[in-house]
Amino acid sequence: MATYHLSVNGSRKTVDVDPSTPLLWVLREELKLTGTKFGCGISACGACTVHVDGVATRSCVVPVSLIGERPIVTIEGIANDPVGRAVQHAWVEKDVVQCGYCQSGQIMSAVALLKATPSPSDQNIEESMGGNLCRCATYVRIREAIKSASQQAR
Amino acid sequence: MRPRLKATDDLILNRRSFLEVTTAAAGGLLVSLYLDKLTIAQQTPPKVYPPDAFVHVRSDGKILIQVNRLEFGQGVQTSLPMILADEMDADWAQVIGELAPAADVYRDPLFGIQMVGGSGSIAHSFQQYRELGAKTRAMLVAAAANRWKLRPDQLRTENSIVYGPNNRLAMYADLANDAAKQPVPQAVTLKSPSQFRLIGKKVARLDSRSKCDGSQMFGLDRDLPGMKIAVVAHPPVFGAGIKSVDDREARTLAGVRDVFQIPLTKGTAVAIVADRFWTAKQARDRLRIDWDLTGVERPDTAQLLTRYKQLAATPGTIAVNRGDVKALDRTARANQIVAEYEFPYLAHAPMEPLNTTIRFDGDKAEAWVPSQFQTMDQMAIAEVLGLKPEKVTFHTEFAGGGFGRRAVTDSHVQREAAAIAKRLRGTPIKLIWTREDDIRGGYYRPMLVHRVEIAVGPDGMPAAWRHVIVVQSLLAGSPFAMLIKDGIDETSVEGAKDTHYNIANFQVSLHSPTVNVPVLWWRSVGHTHSAYVMETLVDELATRARLDPIAYRRKLLKPEAKKLHDVLELLDQKSGWRKTLPAGHAAGIACHESFETAVACAVDVSIENKRPKIHRATVAVHCGLAVNPLSVESQFQGGLGFGLTQLMARGAITLKDGRVEQRNFDGYAPPYIIDAPMAVDVHIVPSTDPPTGCGEPPVPVISPAVVNALSKLTRKRYRSLPLVTV
Repeated sequence: MATYHLSVNGSRKTVDVDPSTPLLWVLREELKLTGTKFGCGISACGACTVHVDGVATRSCVVPVSLIGERPIVTIEGIANDPVGRAVQHAWVEKDVVQCGYCQSGQIMSAVALLKATPSPSDQNIEESMGGNLCRCATYVRIREAIKSASQQAR
Repeated sequence: MRPRLKATDDLILNRRSFLEVTTAAAGGLLVSLYLDKLTIAQQTPPKVYPPDAFVHVRSDGKILIQVNRLEFGQGVQTSLPMILADEMDADWAQVIGELAPAADVYRDPLFGIQMVGGSGSIAHSFQQYRELGAKTRAMLVAAAANRWKLRPDQLRTENSIVYGPNNRLAMYADLANDAAKQPVPQAVTLKSPSQFRLIGKKVARLDSRSKCDGSQMFGLDRDLPGMKIAVVAHPPVFGAGIKSVDDREARTLAGVRDVFQIPLTKGTAVAIVADRFWTAKQARDRLRIDWDLTGVERPDTAQLLTRYKQLAATPGTIAVNRGDVKALDRTARANQIVAEYEFPYLAHAPMEPLNTTIRFDGDKAEAWVPSQFQTMDQMAIAEVLGLKPEKVTFHTEFAGGGFGRRAVTDSHVQREAAAIAKRLRGTPIKLIWTREDDIRGGYYRPMLVHRVEIAVGPDGMPAAWRHVIVVQSLLAGSPFAMLIKDGIDETSVEGAKDTHYNIANFQVSLHSPTVNVPVLWWRSVGHTHSAYVMETLVDELATRARLDPIAYRRKLLKPEAKKLHDVLELLDQKSGWRKTLPAGHAAGIACHESFETAVACAVDVSIENKRPKIHRATVAVHCGLAVNPLSVESQFQGGLGFGLTQLMARGAITLKDGRVEQRNFDGYAPPYIIDAPMAVDVHIVPSTDPPTGCGEPPVPVISPAVVNALSKLTRKRYRSLPLVTV
């Protein structure tokens, strides 16, 4: 076990865990931030996507020991960001969700995309969202919502 | 209405007052997915539902409506409350939809068990929820009439307010206590469709916001004081036992609380209980288990395929036989189509891994389950714990998808969790299946071979059709086995046997081999494969006849297949883009009716990176009255994407020497955004017929539509799935 000081959604958090524990399970089990989801454990589905220092990151494969000082933002904190708010708003406006389990990850990936590329093409969307699996296949509305958020955020 | 303290209090009350219904409903277990409506009507007695089990008007004006279903994406947590709120004249902005716990009163009115399946949520509960809403409204009006010394017919209602003459008004919230004392009306007048305020309107989901800010709780998010996490090491071959377990290394990890063997439905497994998931998983990786494979069949899909093809060479048990298919044998080879289709096992792979949380307190238990089969899962937990079902308080948790995977007749996940909770009496445990457990855990859409021989008549229409299907039975060995009639499991042949195409000489027969791989219904059940076979062959016939694929289908369809004619006509109107496609693109068509909903689909496809690129899909739907057209549109947009699972290059579960060869989403890869249609426009045939289901009917049409387009581009036929190469 080891002690880690993390910056999560702007707050300092201290956790005492095995160094190999993936960030996902620290968020879910230690910090009770269950909006970030477990889907596969091998970074193949994107349900666990969070931002680490602004970069969309699959938290299921990143050991907590590698985080260091880099700030973490999860779905619970994304509304503090104007792009995050625009994306959440577009998601609700377009009635994107179905089961909703993957949508935290979808939204985190979409925010990272729009911050890097404010007016994404279909190809940009397919590349950036390409690793986020949705078994309900809400992809059509995800595409629409990203374009709508892009309009709003500008 | 009466203040609700806890769900359990209400359950006790409801059970007492509905003893008669309960007795009948237990017999209702016999009623199932595939009996015709007449039989169901005879077996299921008319029920009276207590409004107070479904509606709670709170003093703050909020209206809580119990949803007698699992919400797992299909939108019933919004659409069932819509139906009730409309008849009740409730203020929609104040409505909250809650997932009902397991209780007899929440059983499906037709199926007789509490469940989601057969696309029946709206179809079966539309009338029930309307009556509940109308009765609740009548009780509120009666309370106001009493208070004002007026007759109910002098009052009207709107947006949770009762209005009387001379500007009198009373809020529902203020009338709730008095209304609860009113007798429940025996009969109520329902609205005419022109009076609907919510039904038929595009209404946004109630669970949208909570699913966009991380606050929505799913089964896997359940957290209880003192809770421990359990994972299970399952046998590498279905049904294997254990010779010995070396858990010394596993137990050295800090936070491991217990390691022990548990019985499975078939075979034995090892459970690990730890403080945290990561510890439990690491401990599982450190187990050394000597599995006992003695006498256990080790299925191998390559060998199975050979066996299935041999079986398909001769007819099996006859499911339907019309006219004389021997006409085939008198048909010249050049006028025959002989087609053999291969379909693999498919995993459902819902995004939220399977899980169940249970606390066993000796004389009672509490369970939190994302369940499509509440009645059966509750019974299974009770059985393992040695309790009566009513001693297991069963909470229905929101589920991250399911597609049939959470409707398992042997409740194997709940039994595992119960066995673990039993040993840890007093401690809540959450059993988590990892993705590997899920992909390798069985309960797949079964593997199949179809063999079809068609005699093509001089007019280009099929003169004779001989169809052999080889597939494991979904119902055999389950509590639904009694539904197998004369050797035919309807779920194996549906969509082919009962085709709406008019083929005079027609035979479908079935072989149902037994294989040591657990199989399960997969969203749209038998239609996943039957529609693919029917719709690709009919398209091939249309091409051969040099007719437009929509016109050919309308020519071949029975005149009485009105819903299919309607959707094909609507599709023809809405897919004008088919005539102006750029070079390298082709249009593909398919139509199919399942769960009483007819669907026709056109796709615009090109080939990019050796894969089909679906630029758009246009869909026409006949689902009776569309209760929430926004939700119908969602189901169709998403259902098409789900259906594409079987076209993915890595869309197959294979077994070698009894072991599943895929482990996770690397080896078994469902559709991602790049694989899905870029746009889907959904057109609904206007109708005031009773609503029919929309969860499953989108799935069957997409794969045949896409390969029909591919065939136009490549001149190849696609009869073996997955679609490894174009």
